[in-house]
Amino acid sequence: MAETKIIIVGGGLAGLMTTIKAVEAGAMVDIFSIVPVKRSHSVCAQGGINASVNTKGEGDSPQIHFEETIYGGDFLGNQLPVKGMCEASPNIVYLLDRMGVPFNRTPEGNLDFRRFGGSRYHRTAFAGATTGQQLLYALDEQVRRFEAEGKVKKYEGWEFLSILKDGKGSCCGIVALDLIRMEIHPFLAGAVVLATGGPGLIFGKTTNSLTNTGGAAGSVYQEGAIYANGEFIQVHPTAISGGDKLRLISESVRGEGGRVWTLKDGKRWYFLEEWYPAYGNLVPRDIASRAIYKVCRELGLGIDGKDQVYLDVTHIDKKRLRERLGGVLEIYEKFMGESPYEVPMKVFPAVHYSMGGLWVDFDQMTNISGLFAAGECEYQYHGANRLGANSLLSCIYGGMIAGPKSVEFVKSKAGSITSSEVDSQVLEQKQTIEEIYNMQGVENPHRLHQELSEMMTSHVTIVRENKKIEVVCGKIRDLMVRYQKIGLSDTNRWANGEVLFTRQLWNMLVLAELITLGALQRDESRGAHYKPGFPDRNDEEWLKTTKATYTSQGPRLEYEAVDIQYLKPRPRRYDQATAGVKK
Amino acid sequence: MNSGKNVRFRIHRRENPSAPPRWEEFEVSYYPGMNVIGALMEIQKNPATADGKPTTPPAWEANCLEEVCGSCTMVINGAVRQACSALVVNLSQPIELRPMSKFPNLRDLKVDRSRMFEGLKKVGAWVPLDGTHALGAGPKVSPETQQKAYALSRCMTCGCCLEACPQYHSRSQFIGAAAISQVRLFNLHPSGAMNAGERLEALMGPGGVSNCGNAQNCVKVCPKEIPLTTSIGEVEWQVTQHAIKKLLGF
Repeated sequence: MAETKIIIVGGGLAGLMTTIKAVEAGAMVDIFSIVPVKRSHSVCAQGGINASVNTKGEGDSPQIHFEETIYGGDFLGNQLPVKGMCEASPNIVYLLDRMGVPFNRTPEGNLDFRRFGGSRYHRTAFAGATTGQQLLYALDEQVRRFEAEGKVKKYEGWEFLSILKDGKGSCCGIVALDLIRMEIHPFLAGAVVLATGGPGLIFGKTTNSLTNTGGAAGSVYQEGAIYANGEFIQVHPTAISGGDKLRLISESVRGEGGRVWTLKDGKRWYFLEEWYPAYGNLVPRDIASRAIYKVCRELGLGIDGKDQVYLDVTHIDKKRLRERLGGVLEIYEKFMGESPYEVPMKVFPAVHYSMGGLWVDFDQMTNISGLFAAGECEYQYHGANRLGANSLLSCIYGGMIAGPKSVEFVKSKAGSITSSEVDSQVLEQKQTIEEIYNMQGVENPHRLHQELSEMMTSHVTIVRENKKIEVVCGKIRDLMVRYQKIGLSDTNRWANGEVLFTRQLWNMLVLAELITLGALQRDESRGAHYKPGFPDRNDEEWLKTTKATYTSQGPRLEYEAVDIQYLKPRPRRYDQATAGVKK
Repeated sequence: MNSGKNVRFRIHRRENPSAPPRWEEFEVSYYPGMNVIGALMEIQKNPATADGKPTTPPAWEANCLEEVCGSCTMVINGAVRQACSALVVNLSQPIELRPMSKFPNLRDLKVDRSRMFEGLKKVGAWVPLDGTHALGAGPKVSPETQQKAYALSRCMTCGCCLEACPQYHSRSQFIGAAAISQVRLFNLHPSGAMNAGERLEALMGPGGVSNCGNAQNCVKVCPKEIPLTTSIGEVEWQVTQHAIKKLLGF
């Protein structure tokens, strides 16, 4: 029997889990990653991973986890896959534990769990405050074992350029570029899985890593893949400022008892606890971000008149803090030069996560046959707002589906690509890169990126107004024109980062347009998408998934009904507990 | 953001591995909180040397920018460390940036650390699972053991410990502190311990734990404060015990 080959692009949690499952299903896997997979953005996840193991005897269950996830996502998530994810979560955490993830423990030696936003249960397993790093390392180790056994081949330091399509439009490989040698090569496979993460860099300084440009998703979108719910961008309520990035201060800080406050009339004002008594500091992220924004921008009550409020853990026992939050408090201390054990941290919201992404079916396959997607680059699990500690879960669960389903797909597949079809598609990519090498205009790609990101952050994040979004739409088109006038300062044929960044910038512009247009069209407020002109959720008109298709004139938007087979939409509020309450 | 001050940098340049190395000086406007990466980003936006000559933007590695991915290791004013957590305000000028010297220099500040990942493969740094299907909960672990394992498990494979180690260089086979400490980690895990012997075997021959010269530089430069010398001592003891058991035929 012929060997089943799967190509996986991206080596974060989703890519590595897909790899492990595909190998177990009998496939040989090639992984392509810009960075050594151990350095993928999953390392930045801090707080933990949700699993309703109910070790605290609170009566938690996968059903309650499911209800809180759908409710937290303002009913935009398709319910069947979300239910599948929540039901799988206890076994996923057990599996990670078996791999050796050093999860924090109870005195009896069981897994410890803490609280996270949008839930009233201790449901989040954690390894200090670097859970993403620890999970990624565990999967990295398992994949290294397969690599040593010859079942996996890693292409680290390679950038995905495009998929290869056969005559019927089915995906049967990729074209990729060696980031050191700058050579472009085709790679054939029975199926391709993208696990390339989110597009945070469109917003410039965010909590994301430098590789999170959304470049790969942007490429396949331009090749015909549908992108769904792009307008739903999560802004995390608590991050610290910086000139190079905004560093996340995990929600787990509040899960462990951290309190948010500012000064009003010379007194401490715990505004989240006052406004949302049922959840307090653990309201979902969209709610907390809007509240902090309101306090700073509308009420003018930011600390020292600036965009910042306090996140305070100074009242918590220091040993406990060190054991459970050491990693994140260390980041604050190193970068801000103040000890959060002694002085309250100063924080403000920052762009963090994209709920939207490539449209996939319940088998994680995009609308392009043979092209799958898993992890943050797809749209499936978080609706209009993601609950904290559900992202690591969705990455792993998505990989557990994409791995076996991609192998199954290959086994039932007919037809193949001809060598002349491969050659012409490789040539196309070579020409694109050659055109970039030859750009001799006056614009600097990094400065154009800064303009794009500042504009997106100002107008397409927490508060969205149609008039301003319309202006942004026009300016993105202007930037696309100015893009053509870029001049490269580096034309080396060796390890040329500027050429690659310029290519990524185009993909960022294309995705920015889709995000912005999606936001403009959606005249309602739902989850992370908030328009003061349309402050309410409007299920009659907008309980539907946005689906964007690329055209050279801009995105074409269509809409699809949401799967609401289990839970009937009801108003979402966090001042009272109406989700996940024991019946 | 510009508070009027300029920061001066002296940066190692090399176009490719066969090109000769050279130095270039840069000046960037300072802003509060600026780190070395932030300064390199400013240079990308305006790639010109301090005397105004256009040049290529220096190539450097980085990803997470919060000291958890291990990418941006370089030698800054003579000390190996992560560039993201190197705040300009704490550094004397001109700030000198060099690539690590123990790994092949690919371009400017970029190096090839694949030897580190090969080391992890050599020692079998993983828990061999029966499979990822549901097999119930993992083994119970005491909070004390968890805290010990977590401290070791934060290793980012960044290379600081190897750059600082006199025994680790291109002509030596020494596997170095990072991989040895991972052996300690996996031998500590209840099911990882079942393969402890194989990992110790990998550290017995040339390049193994006995190559450590006890300079103790590794533990001083580790950005994650991993007790590397304790790990080396502990693994040396495990190797000795393993060798004696083998000799006696246990």
